Amino acid sequence: MVLYGDAWPKLQLAEPELDVLKKKRNTGSTMQLSVNNATNGRKAPISPQTLAQLREGESGTLDRLELPEDVARRLMELGFLPGHEVVPARSAPGGEPRVYQVDGSEVALRRETAKRLILRPPAARSRKS
Amino acid sequence: MSDCHSCAGCGVAAAPPPASKTATRPHIVAIIGPPNSGKSTLFNRLTGLRQKVANFPGVTVEQRVGKAKMNNHREVILVDLPGVYSLNPRSEDEQVTRDVLKGEMNGIPKPDAVLLILDSTNLGRHLVLAAPILALKLPTLVILNMADDLRSRGGQVDTAELASELGAPVALVSASKGDGVEKVFQFMAGTSAGTTSLAAPKIELPVLQDVPRCRQWAQRVGVGAAYQAPTPPLWTRRLDAIFLHPVFGVLIFAGVVAGVFQTIFRGARPLMDGLQALIQISGHWIGNVLPDGIIRSLLVEGVWNGVGSVIVFLPQILLLFLFIGILEDSGYLSRAALIADRTMAKFGLQGKSFIPLLSAYACAVPAIMSTRTIESKRDRLATILIAPFMTCSARLPVYFLIIAAFIKDRPFLGPFFGTQAAALLGLYILGFLAAIITARLLKSSVLKSERTPFMLEMPPYRMPTLRSLGLRLYDRSKVFLHRAGTVILTCAVVLWVLAHVPLQNGKPPEISNSYAGMIGHAVEPVIKPLGFNWKIGIGLVSSIFARETIVATFGTIYGIEGDEHSAGLQQAMQNELTPGGAFALLIFFAFAMQCISTIAVVRRETGGWKWPAVQFAYMTVVAYICALIANVAVRAGLFT
Repeated sequence: MVLYGDAWPKLQLAEPELDVLKKKRNTGSTMQLSVNNATNGRKAPISPQTLAQLREGESGTLDRLELPEDVARRLMELGFLPGHEVVPARSAPGGEPRVYQVDGSEVALRRETAKRLILRPPAARSRKS
Repeated sequence: MSDCHSCAGCGVAAAPPPASKTATRPHIVAIIGPPNSGKSTLFNRLTGLRQKVANFPGVTVEQRVGKAKMNNHREVILVDLPGVYSLNPRSEDEQVTRDVLKGEMNGIPKPDAVLLILDSTNLGRHLVLAAPILALKLPTLVILNMADDLRSRGGQVDTAELASELGAPVALVSASKGDGVEKVFQFMAGTSAGTTSLAAPKIELPVLQDVPRCRQWAQRVGVGAAYQAPTPPLWTRRLDAIFLHPVFGVLIFAGVVAGVFQTIFRGARPLMDGLQALIQISGHWIGNVLPDGIIRSLLVEGVWNGVGSVIVFLPQILLLFLFIGILEDSGYLSRAALIADRTMAKFGLQGKSFIPLLSAYACAVPAIMSTRTIESKRDRLATILIAPFMTCSARLPVYFLIIAAFIKDRPFLGPFFGTQAAALLGLYILGFLAAIITARLLKSSVLKSERTPFMLEMPPYRMPTLRSLGLRLYDRSKVFLHRAGTVILTCAVVLWVLAHVPLQNGKPPEISNSYAGMIGHAVEPVIKPLGFNWKIGIGLVSSIFARETIVATFGTIYGIEGDEHSAGLQQAMQNELTPGGAFALLIFFAFAMQCISTIAVVRRETGGWKWPAVQFAYMTVVAYICALIANVAVRAGLFT
């Protein structure tokens, strides 16, 4: 498993690095974490952690792709790059797969793939921009 | 250079002309671009009908080669490469593209120039492919396609600036409308005269293996060229709201499918009747011209009745392909794939299997070849093994004949969807079910593997052009008539000979006593439970080579017998088959793997005889058992 991260899309930034070392828990436990966060006050609205949790029309910024390297590469070629904004659009009747607007085009993914695409937390987003 | 002034950026590319090497061999230009960039449209625009489809030597990736005529009467060979996002060789498509461009593909000389075609409405992402292509240092024209869309949706790009950023000439064109295509011709004229070469790019090329860096590079180039992305395609959003609607989307999907089948049956009728009459009249005419004897019998009964009875189905097949063409060119097919994905996933298949399976509706051979894009070996094998269950066009003549002979056309679901269309649709569904159930069996046993992700780009909806639809139909007719003129013709002639020997008292025997008849009688005990007599047996044996041969065989047999001649094949079928037998024959054809070309391509793709043998045995057994059940069920009155 290779993780692609973080330093995109700062155009002037010379060294976009691949966060090869960053290993994360699976999404199940991350979701658990976000529920706990909600109870301790300040960060009351639960922010979506993965692409699969975004609602239709709600935008999120990609942080990394927790997928095997060849799959991650293909997704990046389709526009799912760390730092890029993704907006879920319509889904097929039945809710799956869903079309995502990313990098000027529309790509359909199943939920099982979308939940491996981890979003940047809003706090980190505002700090970076 | 003088004829190149309208082509932005050629000035930058000025260089001393290298010694002309074009005298010895034709000038070769490769066309490359990401999927959905309009590559094929441009290729068609440049070559028109002067193109052919073949395979790259040694591999099964399809290559299209065509000729473009320049103003100076010189010809340029155009090679259309597979649509790829990068040159990192992971799939077979990318490997082939890379090898051709590097001159490492046997049998194809290194291209003299490259046409890189990109979608101007999505330049940020599409420019990524420019990096590895420019790194090849071949003379390259960067073509920004869909210029009309870019303008109408308020996008902008400075082509002169982009040309200097990239160090390669840039042309803004609309391949579907033909705007700006003259710049492409000018570029090719320039390179074939050896007057164009590549300048160094202003912004240094990125490390090619690193996707984020390549994308970043593309961004900088785009910013440098004052690229303004167009607003999102409003119409696509609106249409998606309808076509992907939870209720209407499914209804429309079903309506489209039903409409296609209904039109194939009703709409093609006048054309078919006309063609039938033409073949009969010309048959009589040939019969009258030739002296009575063995030659006349061979030509009229063997060749004309045999091949003619297959050619009659050309209008229906073309109508089907017209629909498939409209669905594909308009962008609806991707939505259909999206709607179908959930169902496919249930059977262990993935989105990538969907496209080969769809093209198997035309013919299993190219479908099996196109499975090369599936990276997972097990998924690929599963797709190869189930592809021949899909209702290919070779089954249609048999279906049309039997359905028309045995099913009265009555309104079924309202006045616009009759029983004949319903029967045909039913057979398509049956083939599809057999395919996915087999997939399920394979994926849960010998070919078990992890699910591979589904990713499918949704192109914007577009109006299909008459030009591209026309080319498709032209292509399809060529393939169909070529088969009729080779495989079917050979079978018809061989069958005619077998039906005329051994001579009895110097005269051809009764068909029952001929070699053909003996073969029919020999298989009769096996097929009798299905409701088939020995004449149907002759047809079944001949159809092992190609499915539609059975119709040609019937044409020849009844041509020889003569008595049913005027009444036509339909009546002959009604005399030979019980309703149970007719139903069984349809079922048998839906499932059996009667196609020598498919067997050959499966052997090549799987590297041995094991899988084609297993597949042939499996499909034949399934076909036999299901046909037996069908015959017994009808005779027991289950359907009355």
